[in-house]
Amino acid sequence: MKQNGILAIMRKELARFFSDKRMVVSILLPGVLIYVMYSFMGQAMGSLYGVEEDYVPTVQVVQLPDSVVGLVETGGGLNLLEVDASAVAEAQSAVTDQTLDLLAVFPEDFDRAVAAYTPAGGQPAPNVELYYNAASTASQSAYMLLTSLLDGYEAQLANKFDINAGDKIYDLATEEDTAGTYFASLMPLLLMIFLYSGCVAVAPESIAGEKERGTIATMLITPIRRGDIAIGKILALALIALLSGASSAIGTVLALPKLMGAASDGLSANIYGVQDYLLLAAVILSTVVLLVTLISILSAFAKTVKEAQAYVMPLMILVMVLGVTAMFGGGAKTELWYYLIPLYNSVQCMVGVFSFSTVMAGVATALAANVIYTILGIFVLARMFNSEKIVFSR
Amino acid sequence: MRELLQVQGLTKTFRLSAKQQKLEKTREKVRVAVDNLSFTAYEGEIFGLLGPNGAGKTTTLRMLATLIRPDSGDAILDGASVVREPEKVRSKIGFLTSELKLEECFTPNYLFDFFSTLHGVPVEVRRQRKEALFARFGIDRYAEVKVADLSTGMKQKVSLVVSIVHDPDIIIFDEPTNGLDVLTARVVTDFLQELRSQGKTIIVSTHIFSLVEKLCDRVGILINGRMVCCDTLDQIRQGESLEDRFFTIYQETAGDGE
Ligand SMILES: Nc1ncnc2c1ncn2[C@@H]1O[C@H](COP(=O)(O)OP(=O)(O)OP(=O)(O)O)[C@@H](O)[C@H]1O
Ligand SMILES: [Mg+2]
Repeated sequence: MKQNGILAIMRKELARFFSDKRMVVSILLPGVLIYVMYSFMGQAMGSLYGVEEDYVPTVQVVQLPDSVVGLVETGGGLNLLEVDASAVAEAQSAVTDQTLDLLAVFPEDFDRAVAAYTPAGGQPAPNVELYYNAASTASQSAYMLLTSLLDGYEAQLANKFDINAGDKIYDLATEEDTAGTYFASLMPLLLMIFLYSGCVAVAPESIAGEKERGTIATMLITPIRRGDIAIGKILALALIALLSGASSAIGTVLALPKLMGAASDGLSANIYGVQDYLLLAAVILSTVVLLVTLISILSAFAKTVKEAQAYVMPLMILVMVLGVTAMFGGGAKTELWYYLIPLYNSVQCMVGVFSFSTVMAGVATALAANVIYTILGIFVLARMFNSEKIVFSR
Repeated sequence: MRELLQVQGLTKTFRLSAKQQKLEKTREKVRVAVDNLSFTAYEGEIFGLLGPNGAGKTTTLRMLATLIRPDSGDAILDGASVVREPEKVRSKIGFLTSELKLEECFTPNYLFDFFSTLHGVPVEVRRQRKEALFARFGIDRYAEVKVADLSTGMKQKVSLVVSIVHDPDIIIFDEPTNGLDVLTARVVTDFLQELRSQGKTIIVSTHIFSLVEKLCDRVGILINGRMVCCDTLDQIRQGESLEDRFFTIYQETAGDGE
């Protein structure tokens, strides 16, 4: 009978959820929206700051020196076109109109002037004029490319010492460290928000909604235990919240590379192993169940779904603040007592997993603490179901 | 006759919220909704609680159904105390009021099964009972229609059927015909009489005199939370119509009350 009751309540909650198409859509939509939005943002940023990869800017050059021809040949990426000095004005207006990418005017006999020049000689250095258009990304990238080629050429002429000239790897951070640090600062906040949103989409509806519609009393006159109602509801709601959280998380993971563009090279979630994912799953599971329990209790105080949504607002702020703490302080906390603080312990566990600094005893403490908090919460909720002040408040 | 329900000194007070005080234009902080109420109902009878609005009928029935706890006193239903053994009481009674709603997104078929499970009814018994009750009330044609799409009358029939999935010996019914058209009301009253003939004990509350005269074997008149008289219908009527008797009694009590 006991098992049956919990199961019946769970099945009813799930059936109610899946029979309401609007509800299902509202749960799964965030993931799709996040994917579309992030992809769109990534693309918009890409087209704002980059040019198409195979585009070669055209540069009109007055008095093109041989050295520069050689430089561009090895450096590449520019299409040089020698023009006469009389064409300068015309070329300048072409740059303004964005029909030409860049105009470079070299002094006469540039190579010889450069070779003859000494900084101590008192004469001004030979000057190269580069006319570009900052409003055009192609022009700007051509300008930067040629500037860096010429800078390199200048440095090479007066070479006194080099920095990192060899072809060794100088950045000693492993690919894992870089990606791990990145994920650890961002993912806990995102995950906490997703999980919270998932819970808040279903729990007030199920608890305060049943009060509002007067359907909970119909259940309360049957011999089923109040605890069974609480457990059945919390398990079902947690399952749905997980589904919604998963939808959002998958949307994010798929869209992240697009959002980060080129910066995401080597930023792959493949760096995590099965054990990491299992740990994460356990942490997420215990977090969702606890969150659903907390939100259910808050909702039980409310008479209507609207009221319940107001009551849970402070919890959302708390969750976000706790999520943000993941961005500060390197790695997971090692002191165990931190892992006793509900919700903060979830963030710490996630930081640990993502940054490869998991404190196993901490995770174990957090999981055990969350289970205990959840059981306490279920007792509280069951008592509330038994309280006429809560169920029949006027 | 066996005493199936013994109500002993039931009392219930409510704390009035500031909002409620304003709404009812009263300064009193507590409202005695039910005041030291005692009565007995016998096996196989229909007992009627008759009283005007706010008399405490619903509050009394909610205490009998263990939805709210009495401040003091107790009620024993077929040997089970509402104070000490609420779960046992719940398995013995069927409780129906218009405030207890069914979830609109489910079908009568689903709800019958769901509540049968909560009551621990075996699957085979459930199947037979459902078939019989659905046929009896013409629900079978609507068995797979969502409650939201049913007419008020059909909804009420489904609520009635769902409240007795466990075939209880005691049926408690708050305002059984409220909001129903004459046809549906007739179906409900006929069914209550049918249940009585099966030996069930039925407690109904109402402010409708004709309903009491038609249905009830014994009546308790409730005014301001107090039972002013409780007897068989004929004893109370004393040859007059119930309505006339009620006004006489009401004037007598209102005179010495307040
Ligand atoms: N939860 C509550 N909080 C405060 N007061 C209440 C509550 N429930 C009932 N009351 C008050 O108790 C008194 C009795 O109410 P009850 O609903 O039992 O009357 P009733 O006989 O069923 O009336 P009606 O015919 O209007 O249904 C009323 O004055 C009502 O305002
Ligand atoms: Mg009433």
